[in-house]
Amino acid sequence: MTNMKRRTLLKGSLAAGAVSMAVTTGLLAPRAVLAAWPKEAFEAKSVDDALNSLMGSNALEGSDKIEIKAPDIAENGAVVPVSVSTSITGVESISIVAEKNASPLTSSYVLGPNTEAYVATRIKMGKTSSVIAVVKAGGKMYSTGKEVKVTIGGCGG
Amino acid sequence: MANTIKVRASLSGDVVTVKALISHPMETGQVKDKKTGQLIPAHFIQEVVCEHNGAAVMTAQWGPAISKNPYLSFRFSGAKAGDSMILRWVDNKGESDSAETKIS
Amino acid sequence: MKKLLSLVAALGLLASAAPQMASATPESDLKEFRSYYAKRFPDTPFNDYINGVYSIDKASREQWEAIEDFPPYELDVEKGKEMFNTPFKNGKTYASCFPNDGVGIRQNYPMFDSKTGEIITLEGAINACREANGEKAFKWEKGDIAAVSAYMAYTSRGNKMKVVIPSDDRALAAYERGKQHFYAKRGQLNMACADCHQWNAGNKIRADLLSPALGHVTHFPVYRSKWGNLGTLHRRYVGCNKQVRAAPFPAQSDEYKALEYFHSYMSNDLEVNGPGARK
Repeated sequence: MTNMKRRTLLKGSLAAGAVSMAVTTGLLAPRAVLAAWPKEAFEAKSVDDALNSLMGSNALEGSDKIEIKAPDIAENGAVVPVSVSTSITGVESISIVAEKNASPLTSSYVLGPNTEAYVATRIKMGKTSSVIAVVKAGGKMYSTGKEVKVTIGGCGG
Repeated sequence: MANTIKVRASLSGDVVTVKALISHPMETGQVKDKKTGQLIPAHFIQEVVCEHNGAAVMTAQWGPAISKNPYLSFRFSGAKAGDSMILRWVDNKGESDSAETKIS
Repeated sequence: MKKLLSLVAALGLLASAAPQMASATPESDLKEFRSYYAKRFPDTPFNDYINGVYSIDKASREQWEAIEDFPPYELDVEKGKEMFNTPFKNGKTYASCFPNDGVGIRQNYPMFDSKTGEIITLEGAINACREANGEKAFKWEKGDIAAVSAYMAYTSRGNKMKVVIPSDDRALAAYERGKQHFYAKRGQLNMACADCHQWNAGNKIRADLLSPALGHVTHFPVYRSKWGNLGTLHRRYVGCNKQVRAAPFPAQSDEYKALEYFHSYMSNDLEVNGPGARK
């Protein structure tokens, strides 16, 4: 947990320059300043770059203790329900990556000490790809993936 | 702005299951407006924070690949009925909203 | 030429499969319609048709249920409720225009108005109410009208569709026009509503499984992920007609009102479960 906090703090101070400029030009409301949004990680074009940027490493260890629930075939790539849960203890964060999206990192969830290692959301997928769950615990990164097919439907309307 | 957040927080034992739905376009910045042919500027939520008793139980960082009208669900323990919980979001344009919910 | 011939042959086959128009009554049509689906999908319980394609598509059902667990249309239902309960400038509300204050009445629409001889859809009644109270009518296909309609459907969930075709020639004529639309081929692809949603329900059209027409109307308006918002049944009709490359009729045209009348009557005794979420 301490590691994670320190990282957030570092990112916060690094980003501060750009953010304060945005505030003075009126682009951002003061409330937004508190967020240290990992821009570089979200804009990275590969899974490795995204993870390196977000967590300082891309050394993933496969784990069968992570469960991803996602459809085999997505009805609509714009709305793909995904949930991740794990029995790994001491989870600090869960990240959800769509491998073949132009920017693979979809979202990252930092858990509080009393928060269960579970998160569910709905993501956009550009094409058929593996959805990868990355679980950070005890300074290590564990992952598992699930293939989700994205098709073009016949009934536009 | 009308309230953009709908939250359900239900307690079972001492575990709260939170489900939230937020009204937001989540524009990626890569989609063209059908009428004008111009790119619709990126407009997406970057952070969702949920606090219980003043401590963050969930800090979600989102990119534009979260679906329009986003959904988020998670669970935490150590709460009791009647506790209040705050959920708030901030997007890339600095717009924000928050909602307080009583856990039941 | 060969292609054309085989197309003509296929048409002949399909035409012979269409129900006899002449001696049929709405009651006999309904019986036949239901028994067709019962035979086609013996594993689908009658009331499950309200779930549309998911009543016959187990593979997609789980992800649909994941979305229905907290569906995006809840935001619209809430908005619709607020609008429904907010007085017009003259102090009256929507409740003043409807039986039972507008609550739990979705199942009765569309209805035949014996005074004017017209078919009144729920959306038509909503806009008529607005105009009668000095407000501007909403646009027909999406936005505010869909939100109010969604709220009214929501208050009617669990009520069984109860569309009445009274013994009035004008009502029967509207029903027949709707039926005619449903079975008539149209567009460059020369396809009828029935070609997809009756004779080929459960088959694939490209990557999509075709939904049964039985139960279609119970879950409208729908939030389609493709639209990214809520739309009315007539918006979907427009889309379907375009899909077969036919020029669509305008929403709330006599043509679509008649179609909705037939289409809804065919779903009688199924529970209202609108609004719904769709792909």
